[in-house]
Amino acid sequence: MTSQVNALHDHDHAHDHEHHDAGASVELGFWLYLMTDCILFASAFAAYAVLVGNVAGGVAGHDIFELKFVLVETFALLFSSITYGFAMISGHKGNKAGLLGWLAVTFLFGATFIGMELHEFGALIAEGHGPDKSAFLSGFFALVGMHGLHVTAGLIWMAVMMLEVIKTGLTGRAMTRLNCLSMFWHFLDIVWICVFTVVYLKGAI
Amino acid sequence: MSHAHDHAASHGSVSSYLTGFVLSVILTVIPFWLVMNGGLNPHDTLLTIAGFAVVQILVHLKYFLHLNFTKEGRINSLAFLFTALVIVLLVVLSVWIIFSADALMMPS
Repeated sequence: MTSQVNALHDHDHAHDHEHHDAGASVELGFWLYLMTDCILFASAFAAYAVLVGNVAGGVAGHDIFELKFVLVETFALLFSSITYGFAMISGHKGNKAGLLGWLAVTFLFGATFIGMELHEFGALIAEGHGPDKSAFLSGFFALVGMHGLHVTAGLIWMAVMMLEVIKTGLTGRAMTRLNCLSMFWHFLDIVWICVFTVVYLKGAI
Repeated sequence: MSHAHDHAASHGSVSSYLTGFVLSVILTVIPFWLVMNGGLNPHDTLLTIAGFAVVQILVHLKYFLHLNFTKEGRINSLAFLFTALVIVLLVVLSVWIIFSADALMMPS
């Protein structure tokens, strides 16, 4: 009887181990995808840097950027980074309610960021400074919009993960996916550091 | 026990996230304050905010993405370093080429 239990336990353990290794490969693969995403963003930054001076007689960065607004956006994203970290700490402790609560808070901060960005874009277009007005504005909307699309994708992913955890609990599969989303979310915050420095702060100097 | 410790280290703890967060707040507020108040000349301001951005990226990589050079984490860090090299080549050389072409084609 005891040996049977041990055998069963060993089997479970081997299975867990295998699963953990599979999860680690998935996470490494996702990290490599993020590295290629870095290069995509680098291309958009290079295009923006080349085009930033070509305002076609229209507005330049310091005419349209409101740094206080951007600072609030930055803090929304920064808060969402630390709350996602707290969500993962709850998840690794097996605290499902804590994980879901922190994910909900993270989602709200992320949604605040996207709401503010859409408001900024809407106001610029309403004032006649849309992406079709100059090469500078094309580069601006392409770069900042691409980051915004990534954040939106992260929000959709986060909502799906909350549903998955509610339905199936904290399975190994769910934790691997949450670890990938964690990398994605923190990576987007790093890209935003480059955006607010290169686009907004440099533009406003 | 040792496994639990490894686990916590690779996924971060509350205190490491808080350290990263506080450092990020400081490294965000100072460049915004510098540009909003316009204390330095434009050239020095640009160099300073670029420096703060690089340091903040390193803080995020360490405290939020937990990059490290342990046996398990080394491959991620090396992939990032290689990508960073590609990014520098891509951005710096693009800007250099286009601005040189621009300068050469300017009517004198």
